[in-house]
Amino acid sequence: MPDEHSRILCKITQDSIDLQELIDFVADPSAGAMTTFVGTTRNTNDGRRVIRLEYECYPGMAEKEMSKIGAEALARWPIKKIAMSHRLGQVDIGEASVAIAVSAGHRHAAFEACHYAINQLKETVPIWKKELYEGGELWIGAQTGTTGSFQRVQEEDRA
Amino acid sequence: MRIKLRFFASLRERLGRSEEMREVPPGATVGTVWELLKREHPELAAVERSLAFAVAQEYVDKTHPLQDNDELAFIPPVSGGVDA
Repeated sequence: MPDEHSRILCKITQDSIDLQELIDFVADPSAGAMTTFVGTTRNTNDGRRVIRLEYECYPGMAEKEMSKIGAEALARWPIKKIAMSHRLGQVDIGEASVAIAVSAGHRHAAFEACHYAINQLKETVPIWKKELYEGGELWIGAQTGTTGSFQRVQEEDRA
Repeated sequence: MRIKLRFFASLRERLGRSEEMREVPPGATVGTVWELLKREHPELAAVERSLAFAVAQEYVDKTHPLQDNDELAFIPPVSGGVDA
């Protein structure tokens, strides 16, 4: 099996997400399954009419935290490769802000690892989203806070 | 010691700046710097419960000791991805 580094792709990009690039990265002759997840900007949120989203990140740390998620997924499930891409800046309605691709020998592991990766990405990767809606703007998460769940993730890692 | 502070997202907008250099006493921890900031901006107390901290781009807690030239980032609740 190739080393971990060559089995994980993490991208943070100002451009449109290229899903095919992620699929090409995870393609593997020993894989019998590939799963992909694409998260897109929805036109409503909590009853607000959304105009667009704007993402920013902590450069360097965001890539590091994404790589950790990839390494965790490789350690937990018998998957071949994993690729993740997150877009920054303005993302219009219907466009992709995040995409994940996973390959595995069998579909169960590919689905599970992909699900895990998107959930973890939302908890630990320092990326922030501002929602511009009709009548205002809002940093998502800043009202309720996600630190509680972040601490839970850390505790699980230590256990 | 000189420490670089970085602010993101809602915190950056609240403070009106994305980074600053700050002189802190030897032995200072992440919590020491946070208390200093709160004294200057009492409104920050409202975000304390949801804030995370990173030094040298790794999550740490408030007791983490700082070293000269460290970069300390204040991380409001993250919200990458989509709420799908």
